[in-house]
This record gives sequence, C-alpha cells and structure tokens, in this order.
Amino acid sequence: MQACRLAVDDLACRRGDRVLLAQLGFALAPGEALHLAGPNGVGKSSLMRVLAGLLRPFAGTVEREGGVALIDERPALDLHQPLGQALDFWRRIDGDAPALAVDMGLEDLADVPVRYLSTGQRKRAGLARVAQSGAPIWLLDEPLNGLDARWTAAAHGLIEAHLQAGGIAVIASHQALALAQCAVISLADFAP
Amino acid sequence: MIRALWAVFRRDVALLLFGAQGRGGAVLPLLFFLAVAMLYPFAVGPDARLLARTGAGVIWVAALLAAILPLDRLIEPDMEAGFFDQWALRGLSEELLMVLRIAAHWLSFGVPLMLAAPLAAGLLGLSGEQLRTVEIGLLAGTPGLAAIGVTIAALTAGLRAGAALGGLLAIPLTVPLLIFGAGSLQPGGEGGLLLLGAASLMALAIAPFAAGAAIRAGRE
Repeated sequence: MQACRLAVDDLACRRGDRVLLAQLGFALAPGEALHLAGPNGVGKSSLMRVLAGLLRPFAGTVEREGGVALIDERPALDLHQPLGQALDFWRRIDGDAPALAVDMGLEDLADVPVRYLSTGQRKRAGLARVAQSGAPIWLLDEPLNGLDARWTAAAHGLIEAHLQAGGIAVIASHQALALAQCAVISLADFAP
Repeated sequence: MIRALWAVFRRDVALLLFGAQGRGGAVLPLLFFLAVAMLYPFAVGPDARLLARTGAGVIWVAALLAAILPLDRLIEPDMEAGFFDQWALRGLSEELLMVLRIAAHWLSFGVPLMLAAPLAAGLLGLSGEQLRTVEIGLLAGTPGLAAIGVTIAALTAGLRAGAALGGLLAIPLTVPLLIFGAGSLQPGGEGGLLLLGAASLMALAIAPFAAGAAIRAGRE
C-alpha cells in the first residue's frame, strides 16, 4: 500500500453561518485508526467532507498524503443497475488496484438492482466500493448504520484488515467501535 | 485517468441516450421535436408557401425547446447520489467531467434531432436546399445548445424548482443561437451559419468552466 498520512492542525469547520468545530488537531500514520464520536449535529459529516477535501476548512489545515475513499449516506451506485455492474463501474475507474479481499456477502446480490437493496445491503455495497478502491485513507461516515450483528463484525474485520495492510481509517460513528487499537476524539469537546 | 474518463463517458452516454433511473433518455426530446413539426401545419393551415417560409423557423424553436426538456436530468440525479463527490476524490476535475457530459448530452439530443430533421422538413414542406441549411445549422448550433444546457443544469442542480428555473434561464442564453440559426434560412442569410458556429463555439469554450465551478460551489 502506498505511503499515507493524514494530519489536521487547528481546524475549524463551518456549516452555513455556524462554526461547528474549532481548534481540532490530530495526525494519523499508516495503520492508525481514529473514531470521531459525538451526538447528532456535532459536525461529524461536515468534518468528514473537510477531511476528504470536498469542503474547504474554515480555518486551519488538512494535510493528506495518499488517495482517499469516502463512504457517506449516499451510495453513489446507479439505482437501476444490478449491484455487480454498479460496483464494476467504480472498479473500472479505480483500476485494478491491489484491493483487499472483501467478503461483504454481496455475491448473491450481484444480479439485484441497487434500488431493491435494503439500507444494510447498500451500506455493505458502499464498504465493498471503498475496499476495492485501493485508496489508503478511508473516511467512513456512519459505516455501521443499518448493519446487523453479523455484518457489523464483518465491517470491523474489513477495517482491521485495512489497518494491518498499512492504511488509515477515520470513522465517524455515534456507535461504539470494537477495533483493537483506535484513538477516540469526542467532537463535542471541540464545539466553540 | 483516461480509462476512468472513458468509463464515466460511457455511463453518461448510456444514461442520457437510453435513459434510466427516472431519466427519459433521447426518446422524449425527439418525440417532442417531431410532435411540434407535425402539429404546426394543423395550426396554421395547409398553405404550402406559408409553411415553407416559416417551417424552418419552427424547426429551430422545436430544437431549442427539445434541448431544454432534459435539463433537470442532466446533473441533478448524479449530484444527489454523490457521484460528483466520488469523482472529485479520485482526482477527476469537474471541468473534464463537464466536457464529457456536454458531449454525451449532444449525442443524446443533437444527433437524434439531425436524424429527425428530414422527417420534420417533409412535414413542413421545406425544399431540399432549406433542409441542407437546417442540417448544417443544427450541426453548428446544437453543440452550443448542449453546452448552455449543461451549464444551466449544473447551476440549478439542488435548487428547489430547479427544473422550472433552468428553463427560464436557458431561454435568454439560447436566443442568439435561435436568431442566427433561423436567420440563416432567410434568402441570402448564409452568413448566419458562420455566426451560429461562432456563438456555439463560444458557449462550448465557456461552459465547462462555468459548469465545473457551479458543481464545486454546490458542495458548500
């Protein structure tokens, strides 16, 4: 896996006219994970988009080294296409990156149009898309929403495998995570 | 990079040409265009001279409205579904994506209109000479219509009532193309084709940057 780094210094995020977070700082090296915790509306999703480079930080800097894969509430899969083809579209774009072997139980769903998938199945498809992208920095916004116990464990296994391979994972979730090693930042402490 | 852009382009063309996911594809603008050409003689009467004199102008109005028809499906659904964000993460610039989308939009309405124009010309009683000018005019003008359409679709994506607003915004911007296109059919108006091509090229040159900036601004 390519070298990667994600460092944030004195970061502030704004949504509309409101400053949600201020003076946030952390640095992640290969193999490290970070859990962004906090109640609804604290700014987890906005922070994820700033980390991904989709939003500009209100203040401070984000340093990224290495490609980024993002999962959020939108699956970015064509609803009318069978899941297999919808994922193949992203595989063609990402190329045959050395991806992790994924078992999110999607083989049986390959012929099912995405619009018929349940919330949890779409989440699994999103995780598979992130895993097949080969990007070293994973930004996972509520990756466990809608997953049952079995697939929550599988998602943990996937993230652990990614960290083992030298990747970085930032996970925004209001649920507790059961990763072996994972720093936790409570975003409520950084509200201005 | 090229492979990624090719994959995106193939998806754009498949969605806009054949339609899916609530997008009608190329059939609806085409039927609309032919319906106007078919209804016009009923409305003004069967006077062949009047039809031949005004018919080419009607073809241009129909073409312009057919180009506006799919505006709300050009950008909005992909923005909603998060495609543009995912492409941005992969380093594909919005400007390049907009070039692809303009090309795909043109393939899905400009080319079908050019194929349908002889049929419309028959319904309106245009001469072969006039049909030739209409076809050259459509070839020169529809890329500009596609460029303006994609720009407006990007600007209005995510707005409430974006579809209605898009139509309103598109009409004044496309008027120059209509004037030069229909003007080229007047006797001695062949110079209009050159102006049409120029207006079209200008729209094509500006559109990817304007639409790309609109997509980025839509993220804030």
